[in-house]
Amino acid sequence: MTQNKLASLQSTALKVREHIIGMSTGGGCFIGASLSCVELVVYLYSEFLNVDVDNIKSPDRDYLFLSKGHDVPALYSTLGELGFIDLARLKNHLLTNDSIYWHPNRNVAGVEFHSGSLGHLPSVAAGVALDCKLKGEPNQIVVITGDGELNEGTVWETILVANAYKLNNLTIIVDRNQFQANIRTEDLIPLEPLVDKFKAFGCEVQRINGHDFTAIHNALKGIPYSDNKVNVIIADTVRGRGLPSIEARADRWFCTFTEDETKQLLEELHGHAYAIIESETLIVR
Amino acid sequence: MGYEELLLQTAQDDERIIVMTAENRALVRNMPKNLGSRFIDTGITEQTMIGMAAGFALRGRVPVVHALAPFLTMRAFEFIRTDVGIAHLPVKLSGFIPGFLSDGNGPTHQAIEDVSIMRGIPGMEVYCPADEDDLVKMLPAIWANPNPAYVRINHKKGNYTHAPFEPGKAEVITQGKHITFLVYGMLLDNVLAAQKILEADGGVEGLSVGVVNMRTLKPVDEEVIINCVRNSEVLVVVEDHFATGGLYTIVAETLLKHKLTASVLSLALNKWFKPGMLNEVLAFEGFTAEKIAHKTRAFYSNEAAGNGVL
Repeated sequence: MTQNKLASLQSTALKVREHIIGMSTGGGCFIGASLSCVELVVYLYSEFLNVDVDNIKSPDRDYLFLSKGHDVPALYSTLGELGFIDLARLKNHLLTNDSIYWHPNRNVAGVEFHSGSLGHLPSVAAGVALDCKLKGEPNQIVVITGDGELNEGTVWETILVANAYKLNNLTIIVDRNQFQANIRTEDLIPLEPLVDKFKAFGCEVQRINGHDFTAIHNALKGIPYSDNKVNVIIADTVRGRGLPSIEARADRWFCTFTEDETKQLLEELHGHAYAIIESETLIVR
Repeated sequence: MGYEELLLQTAQDDERIIVMTAENRALVRNMPKNLGSRFIDTGITEQTMIGMAAGFALRGRVPVVHALAPFLTMRAFEFIRTDVGIAHLPVKLSGFIPGFLSDGNGPTHQAIEDVSIMRGIPGMEVYCPADEDDLVKMLPAIWANPNPAYVRINHKKGNYTHAPFEPGKAEVITQGKHITFLVYGMLLDNVLAAQKILEADGGVEGLSVGVVNMRTLKPVDEEVIINCVRNSEVLVVVEDHFATGGLYTIVAETLLKHKLTASVLSLALNKWFKPGMLNEVLAFEGFTAEKIAHKTRAFYSNEAAGNGVL
């Protein structure tokens, strides 16, 4: 990847993070899970997926299914930066005169499917992937799951089925930010060794730094990893990435900040001063 | 006393109680440190949690299980029906953010068919408290009885102090000669406000408006429904639930069973509601006190005119 390209991706990611902070007030959003997958979503839409404003309904497009759902501010902000939707709509977050709320809505241009109930979209994506195989078409199908989401049995059922049907056009990217809603994954339902689990279920697996565009580029460049297995990328990330005052904290999952706090968080994002947050530390949905 | 305190006290007094959650801890945040090993978080695994709860119940325990209402009642539905329902085990289901209480989450999180599917399971009881006071007044009876039960958890602070809970009985707040509201859950407050609007500014002299907080939808208080039909000109059924399978359906079934008919206005949902902050949702969907009063007044005027009353 060229230095110019890298700089451009980093610039987009920074803007996406600004938008996410903007959505964390006035009713709030799941800010931590949104910040952890910014590089993944930005890279996929900017570089990997054959999908753009003109082909979003075309059967030839590549598909991204955002299964973890809570990270929809990252998706909408990326779609806004890339021209799929008007960036001004992000200000309509939680207003009934628009369709932007705490989970993905497929009525928003570029969103392939709604999510919010965990463990659904791997199976929906497997259906799309198998149909592409049946028709001999080259579409890439990508699903982003959370790591807590891997608790749901349907994720593992889907992997068994998808490998039975040799769906090497299906890629599951795990946003491995180490947290489920309220608690560290390893303190509740431990997932490690995660690479071994996916391998034991028949997948080809890579594990990368999910905030490193070069690593994301290299991992996706190699797809398909085989001619008969589901591709899995475990992307190690940090919940709340970009805002040290909330990074990797169990109590900064869903946040609704004051306007002043979001201004401070923008300063913090740009490396100036740490924000002083006095809003309630935890609001559980 | 709030939900969590009551649950902790009940569990401390009764070794049979097991508190479970599928990683929805909002209602049971302090339980791990206070209850120790009888608090069990299975992670995001609603189906497994229900199966395990059935296993506990087979050993004489009374599991009180927690998840968001849509995932509890719908993700785990067949486990509830098969493992809890067929075996008629005392598993107590606490469904969080039902109905409009899911505000900005979107349709994936909207439990507005939960009453319908839970009451479809033979032997399953269904409770719909109006607010925190109503909730804590009904829970001891629910947790003490030997039946499976679904509670549409609502721990919002309300504006009304409720009568003691009597199993199988609705709470008749006021009786109405002209109009009676049948309501359950978080909409009670807005219905009480609508009642005031109608009585103060009804456009009809001396309008008498009753309000019944149904409390239990299964087994339902048939006697109250029949009395309201007999003593009131019109009924208005208000619910944050699909019209199909909820209280409107229950009223219809009850009337048919007793060979009765009535003028009934259903204020319910026919599709998933527009997500947003709660007050905006209520305004958009027509469930503010003003909108409830307006629709009720129009319906009453029309019915009364048709019946030759006006």
